[in-house]
Amino acid sequence: MSLDISFIGILIGSIMASSVPLILAASGELITERSGVLNLGVEGMMIIGAISGFALMVITDNLFIAIIGSMLSGVIISLIFGFLTQSLLTNHVATGLALTIFGIGLSAMLGKNFVGIPGKDFPILFSSLRESIPFFGPILFGHSIVLYFAFALPFLTNYFLKKTKLGLVVRAVGDSPVSASNQGINVILVRYCCILYGGAMCGLAGAYLSLIYTPQWIENMTAGRGWIALALVVFATWSPIKVLIGALIFGGITILQLHMQAIGFRIPVQFLSALPYLMTIIVLVVISRDSRKIKLNTPTSLGRIFYKEK
Amino acid sequence: MIKIEKRNDVPMALYFFTPFIAIILTILGGGIIFYILGFNPIEALKFYFITPISNLYGFSELLLKATPLCLIAIGLSFCFKSNNWNIGAEGQLTFGAIVGGGVALLFYNQEGFYILPLVILAGAIGGMIFALIPAILKTYFNTNEILVSLMLVYVSKLLLDYLVVGPWSNPEGFNFPETRQFSDSSRMPLLFEGLRIHAGIFLALAAVMLSWFILYKTYLGFQIKVSGLSLKTAKYAGFKGKTMILVVFMISGACAGLAGVGEITGPIGQLHRMISPDYGFTAIIVAFLGRLNPFGIIFASLVVALTYLGAETAQIFLQIPKYTGQVFQGMILFFLLASDYLLFFKVKILNLKKNELRH
Repeated sequence: MSLDISFIGILIGSIMASSVPLILAASGELITERSGVLNLGVEGMMIIGAISGFALMVITDNLFIAIIGSMLSGVIISLIFGFLTQSLLTNHVATGLALTIFGIGLSAMLGKNFVGIPGKDFPILFSSLRESIPFFGPILFGHSIVLYFAFALPFLTNYFLKKTKLGLVVRAVGDSPVSASNQGINVILVRYCCILYGGAMCGLAGAYLSLIYTPQWIENMTAGRGWIALALVVFATWSPIKVLIGALIFGGITILQLHMQAIGFRIPVQFLSALPYLMTIIVLVVISRDSRKIKLNTPTSLGRIFYKEK
Repeated sequence: MIKIEKRNDVPMALYFFTPFIAIILTILGGGIIFYILGFNPIEALKFYFITPISNLYGFSELLLKATPLCLIAIGLSFCFKSNNWNIGAEGQLTFGAIVGGGVALLFYNQEGFYILPLVILAGAIGGMIFALIPAILKTYFNTNEILVSLMLVYVSKLLLDYLVVGPWSNPEGFNFPETRQFSDSSRMPLLFEGLRIHAGIFLALAAVMLSWFILYKTYLGFQIKVSGLSLKTAKYAGFKGKTMILVVFMISGACAGLAGVGEITGPIGQLHRMISPDYGFTAIIVAFLGRLNPFGIIFASLVVALTYLGAETAQIFLQIPKYTGQVFQGMILFFLLASDYLLFFKVKILNLKKNELRH
């Protein structure tokens, strides 16, 4: 395996592909958390998105329906979380954990008949340009539409939060729900919307895995990516652009360890596979060490229950 | 008309009653799921909740599964009571099993009464050390313990995988991913001939008693409870917050490590890849269902253990995938959290009340 320029181009392209589920899930969770809600059910919502996307693809043979359906299933399952935390005022952490346990079980139950079915080729865009342009070709072209969407998403999220009125409302609700409520904002409604949006993005992230990245259904195929996405939001100190950077770093580590395994690096496979998880811990330690910096950026009411006396 | 009012204080009877509401709702929810899947719900529920414990062997299996759940949940109750979200008990269980199993493998061809206590001690220490990682990172580097403890679950499972495939694999094992069988001196004594229930259950019961004593009769327990209710009060009272975080994580890790060592020296008898069907995660539900109360946790561990057994029975008799167990467990927690609403709010049906007054 030579390290020529075109190989590096392909390598960067594959790093981008592996970071897509992290970008999608983390960007969705970022909006949820910015509204003051901590949803630890990312892993559960992703795996539900993965199985429903794959199942719909097999049943309808239509990738568009599969993608939309996976997002809808993410919305539906996050509605459980929204109803419990917002209407019944349950603890965010415990409810999110329940969502993950429930989601993993439900996905395995629904997916029983879909194990071993081969996936379908997902259409890629500009495939001719990918071959004809050296280095930049494999980086910029020949990806699925979901990848382009994922790479635009952090910028859109940034614009939404900083430049639009709705974005301001979301931030106000997350930072000071009481004053937002006094301004006439329906805090619970805003939070519901942010939770459902997060669910949709996590569902899409799961569908990316089962339809595009490794087109098949494997039990537990998200393999902790939901949790890494949660860590990414902290790593990014709730800034969308930093989510993109963080996701690329983690995508890089994943691809790097895969290549090291392929080359036959003299480190046991399991240690290489543990790298993304260990890196998450190290990065969290480095970021969190400065507690003032974390406090400055954390949505002030994150994870707190908001109740308005009627 | 329905009116909802905030309660001023939580009635204790209701606090311990709502878990039963959650269990009943879960059974109803399960019936609906079975109906959707095309089974007779009554029959499916019977296979799920009654068939597994209709004989002595089944009852022994129930206690066998409840033992690790109870042990881990007892440990977790210390963390949760003090607002420390240790959700990586599965990793602490795995690491405890690795350390305990390592000691057992050292003595694989020896006999002696001292071996089992050494193995158990090693397991507890292993779990404790592993739980100290998120605790230290939380206290000294302000790192989120939820994410760290969870990441370590994946790390510990990969470490176990490496050991049973590589350096610790059985030299005579035809490259199966497993270690040698432990010697009889490293195995938990069985309580009854022909049943798998073993002496590990006494570890769980001892943990229940000890945790009740610590939580309700010692200064440490008082500190833990106060910090859980209000961190500001705890600070004002001058409690050493950092030490307490380290202590609750150590207790929790030791319990999870004990559960791991109980599994490998009990029913399993060696190390391999699948030493725990996610007991560490399920125990989180057990801890909540038991209301973080030592005796409540005994009851909750039996209920949740039944979902494991029921899932296995339903898989055999109805060919329902065994993951229904996890669905049930998730539902229990959902319904439990939802029924907590009744604790904090009074739901009044006004019209009825007026009629009552007239009579």
